[in-house]
Amino acid sequence: MSTISVAVSVPSPAEDCEQLRKAFQGWGTNEGLIISILAHRSAAQRRQIRDAYAQAHSEDLLKALDKELTRDFEKAVLLWILDPPERDAVLANEALKKWSPGNRALIEIAVTRTADEMFAVRRAYQGRFKRSLEEDVAAHTNGDFRKLLVPLVSSYRYEGPEVNASLAKSEAKILHEKINEKAYGHEEIIRILTTRSKAQLFATFNDYNNGFGHPINKDLKSDPKDDFLFALRAIMRCIICPERYLEKVIRLAINKMGTDECALTRVITTRAEVNMKHIKEIYYKRNSVRLDHALKKDTTGDYEDFLVALIGQDA
Amino acid sequence: MALPLVTEECEAVIRAFSGLGGLGVDEKALVSALGKWRRQPEKRAQLRKSFVGFFTADGSFERCEDDYIRYLKNEFARFKNIMVLWAMHPWERDARWVHHVLHKPLPLDIIVEIACTRSSEELLGARKAYHALFHHSLEEDVAYHVRENYSNLLVRLVSAYRYEGNRINKEMATSEAEALYSAIKTPGVKKLVENEEVIRILTTRSKPHLRVTFKHYKEKYGKSIEEHLGDELCLRETVQCLDSPPKYFSKVINKALKDGADKNTKDALTRVIVSRADVDMKEIKEAYHQQYGAELEDVISKNTLGSYRDALLSLAGQ
Repeated sequence: MSTISVAVSVPSPAEDCEQLRKAFQGWGTNEGLIISILAHRSAAQRRQIRDAYAQAHSEDLLKALDKELTRDFEKAVLLWILDPPERDAVLANEALKKWSPGNRALIEIAVTRTADEMFAVRRAYQGRFKRSLEEDVAAHTNGDFRKLLVPLVSSYRYEGPEVNASLAKSEAKILHEKINEKAYGHEEIIRILTTRSKAQLFATFNDYNNGFGHPINKDLKSDPKDDFLFALRAIMRCIICPERYLEKVIRLAINKMGTDECALTRVITTRAEVNMKHIKEIYYKRNSVRLDHALKKDTTGDYEDFLVALIGQDA
Repeated sequence: MALPLVTEECEAVIRAFSGLGGLGVDEKALVSALGKWRRQPEKRAQLRKSFVGFFTADGSFERCEDDYIRYLKNEFARFKNIMVLWAMHPWERDARWVHHVLHKPLPLDIIVEIACTRSSEELLGARKAYHALFHHSLEEDVAYHVRENYSNLLVRLVSAYRYEGNRINKEMATSEAEALYSAIKTPGVKKLVENEEVIRILTTRSKPHLRVTFKHYKEKYGKSIEEHLGDELCLRETVQCLDSPPKYFSKVINKALKDGADKNTKDALTRVIVSRADVDMKEIKEAYHQQYGAELEDVISKNTLGSYRDALLSLAGQ
C-alpha cells in the first residue's frame, strides 16, 4: 500500500506550478516548499504538474529542478517526478552503465514489477534511450550473468494462479540436481527461474523445501562471495516475498558505513506508492525501530525530509 | 491390362478433387458434376475406375484409399482454415501457430518467422494472447518444448522487444558484422546456433541496425551472411526474416506451390497470405516477380482450386 499522503482536494496543477516557481525564485531554493508539494502528489498529479509547468514556462520541470537542487535530494526528487515506467527505465540504465556482478538493481526491478509493468518499462526505455533494454543488458553483461539477466528483463510471465503440481515437483528436482552439481549457471536453472509464472515458481520452491528438507536458498549459500549465487537468491526472494527482499535492501543500505543512498532512493521512490506500507511493517518487526526513525538517524537535511515524507510518519 | 480411358469429363472431376495436383478443391466443378451425372451411376463407376489415387479395385468393386480420404480432408479444409484464420485476431493467430509448432511435430522456423517478421507490438500482442489462450507464457513453452540446441535462440527471439526507431550506431554495426563473421568462420566447441555473440546480436539489435550490419557484412566479405550460414537451420531463417520479410515470404510461397511439397510446406501458403495480406503483400509480389520471373497471382491461380483459390486471390490481389 502507498505511504504518501495526498490531501483529498489538492491545488490545481497550475497553482502547484506557481508555488514551485516561487520556491526557485531568488537566491537559494525553498526545498521545504518543494517537498510539501511534490511528496504529496500522486503519479498522475505529478504528471499534470510537469505538463502544466512545461506549458507555462517552456521548460521541463526536471531541468528547472536540476538547476536548483543538488546531490541526493536532487536525485530523489528527479526520480520521484518521473512516471513509474520511465523511472524504472532510468534506474535500469544507470545500473547498466556502472554494472558489476554485485549490482542487483536490475534483478530487483525485473522481478518485483508485474509483467505488464515491466513491458511499460521496456517501452519507456526505448523512448528515452533509443535502444531496447535487452540490447543494452546484453551488451553490458557477459557470461552467466548475461545468460541470466537478458531473459530476466525480457520475460513476460503468465500471471495467473494456475499451478501444475507435477511440473513443480519435477522442476524442483531439476533445480536440486543442478545445484548439487554446482552447475549454477545451467540453462535449466535459468529456464525455470526466468520463464515460469510466479505462482508456479512459488509452488516449485515449496516442493523443494518439502522434498529436500530445507529451502532452496540454503543450498545456494555455499560461497558467500559468489555474486552469481547472490543473484539467484535475490531472484528467488523477490518472487517469494518482494517486500521482505526490499526491506533487506533498505536495511543494508542504512547500516552500511555511510549510507547507500543509491539503493535507498531507488527503493523508496519506486515503492512509496506501491507497497511501502508493508515494507515498513516488516522493517519494524525485524529491527524494532520505525523506518522513519532509522532514516532520521542516518540521513540528513532535505534528503532526509523528502524520504520521510514519502514513507510517511505513521507507525 | 490397358489403362482405363479417362474421358475429359472424368479428368475434370479428378482435377476438381485435387487429383491432378494443386491446393484446395474445386467446389463448383464438383457440384456441377453431381448435377450432370444424375441417374448415371455408370459415369461414377467410370470415375472410380479412372481415379487411380483415390480408388483401388478390390474384387468386384472399387474401394477408397484411406490415405486419399485423409488428403481430401485437408484439401477441403483449406478454405475453412483460411476463412477462420482471416477472421481471427492476428495476436491469436500467431499464438495458436506457435502453440501448434510446439505440440505437434512442426518445423521450428515458423516460430522464427513469427518472432522476426512481426512488429515489436504485434509480438507483444501474440504473447498476451498466448497467456489468455494457454495459461502459460509463450517463452516458457518454447523453452520447455524445444529441447535441442535451438532453444536459447528461439526463446530470445520470441522475448525480444526491439527498438523500432531509425537511430543506428554505424561503428557498432560494423564491429558486429565482424563479430558475426568471426563466429561463423571460427569453428568453436559449441554449435553456431548456441554462440552467445551470434544470439546476442541477432536477438537484441533493432531491425534497421541489423540491416546495416548485414549490408556491411556483404560489402566486407563479398558474400551475404545468409550464404555463409548455408544450412544452419533457424539461423538462416532468422537472418532472412530480419533482413527482408518479403523475400523470405516469397520463398516460402514458392516452396508451397512446388510439386511434391509436403503437408506443412503446403500449409504455409495459407499462413503467409493471411498474415501478410494487410502488411506487405505488395512487396511480397514484387519480390516474387524478381526472384522467379512470374506474377504471384498467376502462379496461385494455376496451382490452387475452388473457393480456396478465390480466397487467396482476394487477399493477394490489389
